[in-house]
Amino acid sequence: MGSAILDQLRLDKILDLLKQGKRLDGRALDEQRPLIIETGVIPKANGSARVKLGNTEVITGVKVQPDKPFPDLGDKGILICTAEILPLADPHVEPGPPTEEVIELARVVDRGIRETEMIDLHQLVLIENKSVVGIFIDSSVIDSAGNLFDACSYASVAAVLSSTIPKYEIKDEAPVLVEGVTSKPPVKTLPVSVTMARIGDYIIVDPSKEEEMCMDARITITTNSTGNICALQKGGNDGFSVDQLLKCSEMALSVGTKIRKQLEQLM
Amino acid sequence: MTEDGIRCDGRRVDQLRNISIKAGVLKNADGSAYIEFGKNKILAGVFGPRDVHPKHMANQDTGILRCRYHMSPFSVTERKNPAPSRREIEISKVLKEALQPALILKDFPRTVIDVFVEVLQADGGSRCAALDAAAVALADAGIPMRDLVSACAAGKVADRIVLDVNNEEDQEGQADMPVAIMPNVGKVTLMQLDGILTPEEYKTCLQTAIGGCKTVYEVQRRALVERYFESGEK
Repeated sequence: MGSAILDQLRLDKILDLLKQGKRLDGRALDEQRPLIIETGVIPKANGSARVKLGNTEVITGVKVQPDKPFPDLGDKGILICTAEILPLADPHVEPGPPTEEVIELARVVDRGIRETEMIDLHQLVLIENKSVVGIFIDSSVIDSAGNLFDACSYASVAAVLSSTIPKYEIKDEAPVLVEGVTSKPPVKTLPVSVTMARIGDYIIVDPSKEEEMCMDARITITTNSTGNICALQKGGNDGFSVDQLLKCSEMALSVGTKIRKQLEQLM
Repeated sequence: MTEDGIRCDGRRVDQLRNISIKAGVLKNADGSAYIEFGKNKILAGVFGPRDVHPKHMANQDTGILRCRYHMSPFSVTERKNPAPSRREIEISKVLKEALQPALILKDFPRTVIDVFVEVLQADGGSRCAALDAAAVALADAGIPMRDLVSACAAGKVADRIVLDVNNEEDQEGQADMPVAIMPNVGKVTLMQLDGILTPEEYKTCLQTAIGGCKTVYEVQRRALVERYFESGEK
């Protein structure tokens, strides 16, 4: 538990700085923290990435393995995206079943990758309705310093881009691994999520932990490579005006362009 | 959808499904409401402000709001496992965050307001319908509110922006955007999006959904008037 007095002083200081167009860590309102992406950090995974967004740090691994398709989606491979905040990442996180915050985090990251149709799941079918390839993207937050949504999303996208898909052949109606043959994942577009916080009347991009502690509301918008808006999630205990929501979508597109360039270098 | 914009269930693109709301349907709850929103059938019950259990959740400075969205096993075509799914837990969270801006929790330190929503039958757009019922149940409980919360989705089906996406349209559709507003305060308190929209469609879709929310607001108001001023109506 923090001190109520310090919390109030922090909020006052943050609001005071925002009036001058400044932030506690010296960033502009629409400026993200530096993003550092390293891939191939877990050689046993089919793809992996370690991402630092300021002091927030995430490791994502991709595992590819044959699986049965979902009953109503027999013509598509499986995509499952999870996220967890490890107890070593934050003094307030304890081991145990996932909290609603963590479930939301995982579902928002999943939605960004799924709804942009980043991966062409039709190309992952071995036998229709019977056997498909599954792509499992698991993110672990190892250091928590705000905006876990974007950090997990960038790490997931980077891990997929760095991954290699093993080849499976069907023998006696069962998939068998073909040694030594791999291909690139069927990537169609690059999803980029941009999370913004509203503090008072100000919208800031990529909130730090301190900013998250005093934000009124939050929004995560994911865009694709052709400039469309594909997934969105509002959070936090207050709302946005319609004008703010339209401004946020523009910011998500403009800020996202820079991140997308950085991710494209991994392709 | 036909060429002149008639949808699979016979509605126009800008037409809501039939909505009826009844306030005060449960005896034990402090406030309650029942909504039929198309084929959705949803009950909402509110308790509180009351003592917080477990006690460590209590906050000295403010009341807290808890929300549980739950689907009955028989509410969908294939039986749903009664244990809360990850989807239900996420929806519970976004519903709580959509309702909280309307409440003045600072006035009730050390207490909790519990909102329980049970989806008896689901038909696409159940989170919006659940929210509409929950807001009426909160008002029915006599809890001080800045405004009601009214929710409705819009989406993209067959390349057109349509109001209030139903279950079939959600399965086949290109985008679904649930939205909730506080109609008098003018704030959007719930917003999600699944699916691909151009920036222009995003704007239209948001405005279409808000239009629907305003229609829902009138139905919510009528439910409360019927509950409390029925004799005056007749």
